[in-house]
Parts: sequence; C-alpha cells; structure tokens
Amino acid sequence: MSIAHPATLIAAVFTPWIALGIGLLMCFFASYLTALSWADLTFVLPATAFGNVIVAFFARFWLHESISPERWAGIALITLGVSFVAQGPSLTERPVPQIEEATTQ
Amino acid sequence: MIGAAHVGVWSAAAMIACVVLCSTAGEVLTAAAMKSIGDLDEIRARSGFPGAVRAVVSCPLFFGGIGFLTLAFFSLLFALSHLNLSLVAPASASLTLVTNAVAGKIFLKENVDRRRWTAAVLVCIGVYLLAH
Repeated sequence: MSIAHPATLIAAVFTPWIALGIGLLMCFFASYLTALSWADLTFVLPATAFGNVIVAFFARFWLHESISPERWAGIALITLGVSFVAQGPSLTERPVPQIEEATTQ
Repeated sequence: MIGAAHVGVWSAAAMIACVVLCSTAGEVLTAAAMKSIGDLDEIRARSGFPGAVRAVVSCPLFFGGIGFLTLAFFSLLFALSHLNLSLVAPASASLTLVTNAVAGKIFLKENVDRRRWTAAVLVCIGVYLLAH
C-alpha cells in the first residue's frame, strides 16, 4: 500500500478494523470537545492521558505483549497524576463581575 | 545517536519544539473555542445533536485549533522521517503536557494550582517512561 496507489488507500478505509478505529477516534474527538466545553484544558489533558494506561493493558492482556518494569512505572505515575488532578475542581471559578467586564470589552 | 540520518542536536530540538508548539497552540485554541461555545451537553439538550454540531463548526477559533493540530501532525511526520521514534514520541507527548499547563495558565487564565502542576509533571514523566 502506498500513496502511488490511492485506490488501495481508499479501500483500506473500509476495512472493518480500520473503519472501526476511525469511528472510535471520531467518538473520542466528540467526547474530548464536550469535555473541553465544561472543564479546563489543564484538567482534561492529564485525565485523557489515562488512555495510555488502557492501551498498555490492552497490549499486555489482549495482544500478549510484554511490559518492562520501566513501563509499569510509567503506568503507575500516570495513574497517580490522574488521581491527583481528579481530586480537584474541573473548572476554574470565575467571579461574575470579571466575566461581565470581559464581555463588554 | 539521535536519528537515523545523523541529525544534529539543535535540528532535533527544533523539530520536536515545532511539534510541541503547534500541538499546544492547537489544544489552547480548541479549548478556547469550546469555552466560547458553552456547555455542549446543554446545547445538545436544547437543539439536538445537529444544533451542537452547528455550534462547533460555526466557531472560527475551532478551525484555528484544528489547523494547528493538523500542522502538529505533519510536523510530527516530518520529525519522524529524520529522527528515531523512541526519541520523538516520548519527548513530544510528555513536553506537550507541560507546555499546555503553562499555556492554559497564561492564555486561558486557568487556575493551575499545585495539584495540577504535580499531575502535569507526574503524567509527563509517566508518558515518557511508557512511550520510551
């Protein structure tokens, strides 16, 4: 498969696994945008990094890949970081007068 | 060795910086767009899924964000064509978290308290270890 043969690339999009992957990525982006509409970027971004942990677990238990101690340490740190950020508020509180000033400017 | 084609340290740093900066600009613009639109759940409850899609695609900031995220993707491909995956993937993924925390504080005026800084740094090291 290459760019020189665009027909094979288009056909690849309709392969069941790739189509499912594209559909799930679209679901991810829609959920990500919805989360950003009611939560801070500095809350959403570390929280979505938990996806890396889920990928590692899928790789270990579904694809039977081996995970080095270094990677287990990475998984532990991400989990710890996400638990830290999840304990706090998801949105920065803004005083009402400031918002009024911002909208009149 | 940094890359397959013996790329200098400064060139490698510039390529990774380009990925990180474009990605950060894209994330910040997208977040600003979504904040300006308002709670999407409420919009969807009021005017349905097509109304929510209309609200998103009628926001110019959103397309600015998508533009920078696209640039980040292509600069990542460019970096991958010159540097090793084991350097580019962890470096760009982990640095983006820290630059986003800084950009969120400066441009989006988010309250990045000690808890969020700690989370950003822990996740940054974790992603580096996982992607390395």
